[in-house]
Amino acid sequence: MDFSFTLLIILIPLAIFCVLGLFANRVKPAAAGMVGTAGLFIATILSYYAAYNYFSMFHAEEGYLPINAFSILWLTFTDELQIHLGVLLDPLSVLMLVVITTVSLMVHIYSLGYMKGERGFQRYYAFLSLFTFSMLGLVVATNIFQMYIFWELVGLSSYLLIGFYYERPAAVAASKKAFIVTRFADLGFLIGILLLSFNTGTFDFAILTDVAGPVIAQSTGAVFLGLSVTTWAMLLIFIGGAGKSAMFPLHIWLPDAMEGPTPVSALIHAATMVVAGVYLVARLFPIYALSAPDALEVIMYVGSFTSLFAAVIACTQLDIKRVLAYSTLSQIGYMMVALGVSGYGGEAGLGYMASLFHLFTHAFFKALLFLGAGSVIHAVHSNVMNDMGGLRKYMPVTHITFLIACLTIAGIPPLSGFFSKDEILVAAFEHNKIVFAVQWLVAGITAFYMFRLYFNIFWNRTPAFEHTPHESPATMTVPLIFLAAASIFAGFVPFHELVTSDGKSFQTGVHWMIAIPSVLIALAGIGVAALLYYKQNSKAESIAHSLKGFYTAAFRKFYIDEGYLYLTRNIVFAFISRPIAWFDRHVVDAGMDLIGNSTVQVSRSIRKIQSGHIQLYIWFFTSGALLLTLIILYLNSY
Amino acid sequence: MQSEIPLHYMIVLSTLLFFIGLLGVLIRRNLITMLMGIELMLNAVNINFVAFNHYLYPHRMEGHFFALIVTAIAAAEAAVAIALIINIYRRFATVSVDDVDQLKY
Repeated sequence: MDFSFTLLIILIPLAIFCVLGLFANRVKPAAAGMVGTAGLFIATILSYYAAYNYFSMFHAEEGYLPINAFSILWLTFTDELQIHLGVLLDPLSVLMLVVITTVSLMVHIYSLGYMKGERGFQRYYAFLSLFTFSMLGLVVATNIFQMYIFWELVGLSSYLLIGFYYERPAAVAASKKAFIVTRFADLGFLIGILLLSFNTGTFDFAILTDVAGPVIAQSTGAVFLGLSVTTWAMLLIFIGGAGKSAMFPLHIWLPDAMEGPTPVSALIHAATMVVAGVYLVARLFPIYALSAPDALEVIMYVGSFTSLFAAVIACTQLDIKRVLAYSTLSQIGYMMVALGVSGYGGEAGLGYMASLFHLFTHAFFKALLFLGAGSVIHAVHSNVMNDMGGLRKYMPVTHITFLIACLTIAGIPPLSGFFSKDEILVAAFEHNKIVFAVQWLVAGITAFYMFRLYFNIFWNRTPAFEHTPHESPATMTVPLIFLAAASIFAGFVPFHELVTSDGKSFQTGVHWMIAIPSVLIALAGIGVAALLYYKQNSKAESIAHSLKGFYTAAFRKFYIDEGYLYLTRNIVFAFISRPIAWFDRHVVDAGMDLIGNSTVQVSRSIRKIQSGHIQLYIWFFTSGALLLTLIILYLNSY
Repeated sequence: MQSEIPLHYMIVLSTLLFFIGLLGVLIRRNLITMLMGIELMLNAVNINFVAFNHYLYPHRMEGHFFALIVTAIAAAEAAVAIALIINIYRRFATVSVDDVDQLKY
């Protein structure tokens, strides 16, 4: 089977970006939207076709083998160190192709309705295509260097889309924040890449992650501060992943990124780009599992802490998109935990499978939540929970699909979130009981804050609306219905047969010993939320009041932003930037000025020679010629 | 037998001629006189060409031809120089080099 057509999946969005980007002002908005959506539809069909063909090529003993569908040599450093650009197909990248194209297509269709009449509609579609291109290029990268290139492109398109409403100062600030924080993390990623490739002499994933290969075998190399070089490299690479996936303490950009258009939040900041960190760890998983287990422990603790931390903040936020943003953090924390507790190969790789399973289901239900929230925002023209309530009467489709998504994320069987969360909890239980307990608790908090959101939007008191809210147009409800169906049925995909750490399938099922407590705590969370928010009452306020200090801290996001501001203003600026600026102004610039000024002075004093009198010039010339003649004569006389 | 004029007579003559021309270029203020000085220097060179050709390589003609070429170039150069001088005169109403010193610092 020739898979070279997969290159088209990536090139179609690029072509659309070029066309829409270059001719944005000549194309009618509707035409731009249709071109973008149609192109992505083709790419989606192609990636489904690729996935179908790939997963039908199962080898009984070796499992799924990676396929190099396309590869060209791009740069040559030495005979061994070469950089290719290409398309790598393995279960992981095929899975990501399907997720990205599906969610992106849904967002493209949804945006036709949501963004209708916005200024810069064509620009919006051009950026969406750019993002889709970069994200697809990222997941099919054959080597870590190509991945880094697309990694940065993804960051750029995220920046462009967060700052789409560039007249709003908040959006501009948010886009800059996202770009700077992720760039800062990418510095770690770059150093990690350099360390790893310097140590191993290759960028190629096929060699890097070869279990029997030289890279994993030589893991016990040089040691620095008690950890091997490989561990350091993998930790630094994880910093890049943590920045993109908004893990604590680099999470601060994601809630602010909600300033972008809501469909963008659904696509980039919920379903695809923010899971790039999970994808990165999963892509390099054999190295993590076999030669850098310490790094994997760090990933587990970071993921676990982030999921708890974000879940607590999500309970207090009033902006519905911010609640969803913190919920995204929490769910990505789950995926990181699952990777952190996983081993390599077969049954031990349960966590790896669970993590990607959760990535898969989360992409659908979180995109659905965001698009549903977008539909609500579209109807009431506000992001804030207090302006909503009782919307179930006005927006039945949004209500039902949002309810499905909430039940899915809460982990109620038989919806997809139940299966993936169950696998994660099982993997965590086998590895580390404390982390399991935290994740179990977070499952309850998740159910609570999601239903707090649900009841506050669709039940509770009905505020006096300025305009009567109405159901969104079909372009917006059809993606909602599709994603709701995907959220319900995605759990039945036999992931343990498709995407595993070593490509071989293994047997697993629902573990009721773990599943029943987790469903119970989810139901408890829903019950508490119903008690507090189903009808208008003051119980929630009184609880918040009794927890005053803690509530305020959580509401203010535990002062992390303020901490960073203090750190940058009072320490980085005062002790590093200002002295450097002083040095630049008073030493570097002054040195340059000195050279310039002295040249001016010297030339001013000698310029009188250029008098304009031709005969003077002839004098100089003749005397020079005579002098030269005399010198030559003198030299030749010996 | 009639003795020939020795070579160094010619060289002395041409050297004298050259430095007279150079002196003219250096100290005369009138542009036309300076041009005459240049012509003198060119002719000093011509004498050298012809003399060396005659005394050192009597069976060859390169020196003669070179002198002819120099004469032709000198004619062209005189035409250009006089055109320049006429233009200078039209603009500044003078042919003295001391008054034409606009191209300075």
